[in-house]
Amino acid sequence: MRSLFFIVARSLRQHLLSTIITVISAGLASGLVMSVFTVSEQSRTAFTGGDIGYDAVLGAKGSQLQLVLNTVFHLETSPGNIPWSLYQEVKGRGDVRYAIPYALGDNLYGYRIVGTTREIFDVFEFQNGEKFRFQGDGQPFDEGFQEAVLGSVVAEKLGLKRGDTFRPYHGLQYMPGSAPHQELYKITGVLKPTNTANDGVIWIPIEGIFRMDGHKLAGGTEEVERGASIPDEWKEVSAVMLKYSSPIRGKFMQDEIRRGDSATLAWPIASVLGTFFLKIGWITKVLLYVAYLVVVVAGFGLLASIYNTMNERRREFAILRALGARKQTVFSAIVLEASSIALLGSLVGYAVYGGVLLGSAMIIREQTGVVLDVTSIHPSLLWTPLGMVVVGALAGVIPAIKAYSTDVARTLA
Amino acid sequence: MPLLELRDVRRAFRSPDGNDQLIVDVPSFEVDAGQQVAIAGTSGSGKTTFLNIIAGLLAPTSGEVVWDGEVVSSLGEAKRDAWRARELGYVFQTFNLLGGYTALENVTLGMMFGPGPDREFATSLLERLGLADRLGHRPAQLSIGQQQRVALARALANRPRLVLADEPTGNLDPRFALEALGLLRELCREQGAALICVSHDPRVLDDFGDPVDFAALNRAMAQEPQGS
Repeated sequence: MRSLFFIVARSLRQHLLSTIITVISAGLASGLVMSVFTVSEQSRTAFTGGDIGYDAVLGAKGSQLQLVLNTVFHLETSPGNIPWSLYQEVKGRGDVRYAIPYALGDNLYGYRIVGTTREIFDVFEFQNGEKFRFQGDGQPFDEGFQEAVLGSVVAEKLGLKRGDTFRPYHGLQYMPGSAPHQELYKITGVLKPTNTANDGVIWIPIEGIFRMDGHKLAGGTEEVERGASIPDEWKEVSAVMLKYSSPIRGKFMQDEIRRGDSATLAWPIASVLGTFFLKIGWITKVLLYVAYLVVVVAGFGLLASIYNTMNERRREFAILRALGARKQTVFSAIVLEASSIALLGSLVGYAVYGGVLLGSAMIIREQTGVVLDVTSIHPSLLWTPLGMVVVGALAGVIPAIKAYSTDVARTLA
Repeated sequence: MPLLELRDVRRAFRSPDGNDQLIVDVPSFEVDAGQQVAIAGTSGSGKTTFLNIIAGLLAPTSGEVVWDGEVVSSLGEAKRDAWRARELGYVFQTFNLLGGYTALENVTLGMMFGPGPDREFATSLLERLGLADRLGHRPAQLSIGQQQRVALARALANRPRLVLADEPTGNLDPRFALEALGLLRELCREQGAALICVSHDPRVLDDFGDPVDFAALNRAMAQEPQGS
């Protein structure tokens, strides 16, 4: 056994360049497989498994998924608006713990501005038992003023702090060169990081959205005069975030909403997202097939790398045999060498995996605010390296058979 | 009882025209323990095939190779490998050192298949052969004469009872040829190993004094010109 490891170690050293290249190739393959498994699993868990602080989203008639993406992850556009009266109706229900309005229409350099009420700071829990907390001596906005509260990512990326002012831009996407609204908003506070999509949001009083220069209410027909009061029938909201006294109450409300034709209730939110991930599951499958293919390619690369050296090494094997090495020793040395390369590749694979996971986590956080749990251990971290070693051993079999059948006397002649 | 005995050993190879061509046909050959034998033969006379049969690297087509009273030519391949590693040392004409290994590693590697690596003994052998400052050098970093001495050390590292030397001075400068041969013979004597040295170099044959004529030993040579 000792001779086997000695022969393998020397061979790896002797063919150092091809060893390094093959190890890197195996590492990329192994890292890719582990990354695809972990990132897809972590994404699914992060998007569907987390407590988001409310049970349902009420919005305009349309797709439940669009409503959820729009309100929970602040992605996509709103499917439309619902009348203020509907918001007030659900808010007044006995089975609703809180109903917080969510009105859209503006952005600040691409960061979404959401009009809402102070309840977002007073009663809203972005996670079970966790309310928004302010950095330093930040304060919630006053609903009667043009004030804003920034999520931590917005403040960090735009370099804004409490006391600074800004002018919102119209629409959910920032169009370079476009003119901002006239209204000047003063920042009253920056929230502490929540590691949720809320970190990328700017919260302002809902009146601010209604009164923003150029915004039309009542189905896009009325514009509010400066200083005038706004009739409730003009007001609209993009969505309402609902927390029930008991989550099952959502079932009853959903039945009621379905009987009407003006709104949609996305409930339960995890189920809506689960269906979404089920629908896009094929993407993960395709990525996995690609990753498996890369493993196969790496296996063939390993085979080619060893096989190509066989002609020069045949004499070496014949010498070993002449020195008393058994055929099985020579065979095992080749298979062990291929397995060792695969094993070393798997170690490199962990580095690749770490890089891809951290990169993905950063991008996902940047784009959605959702934070992946990078410390979570997926079973693929164990079986991928094992599988890689098996692939390596299999790749070594053909060259090993060639070495095994070397005619010693003829080769040394 | 002789250490090594060949009884009616024949070895034929299939030629390209499909006929069996007899290369070695030795009715009888014996070597006693510690005996040093030189075999004289021209190139292509089948000497290397003869040595390969003794070493168990080639199985005879017929006949027996008997080692210390035991027929080793009929042993299974694995047992023959183990026997070779334990009992024989082989010095090749082209040395056949392993390029990726240092001088010391080349010597200890052979020990791994036999009694086990003995780094101290391997080092002492190389020092004895004047390579104390070349232990970590690879073959490409050694002169031809130094490579030859590493090959000698490797052949003797397992303290074999028989050393086979195939044209051991064939690649050496004449100045070093006899020196290398002298070292080989001296070390064999010290270790009590028998030595079979095949060569067509008259200086080698003269050194032994009474070489065996391979043409007389190998009846196959009387039939037709042979290749080795």
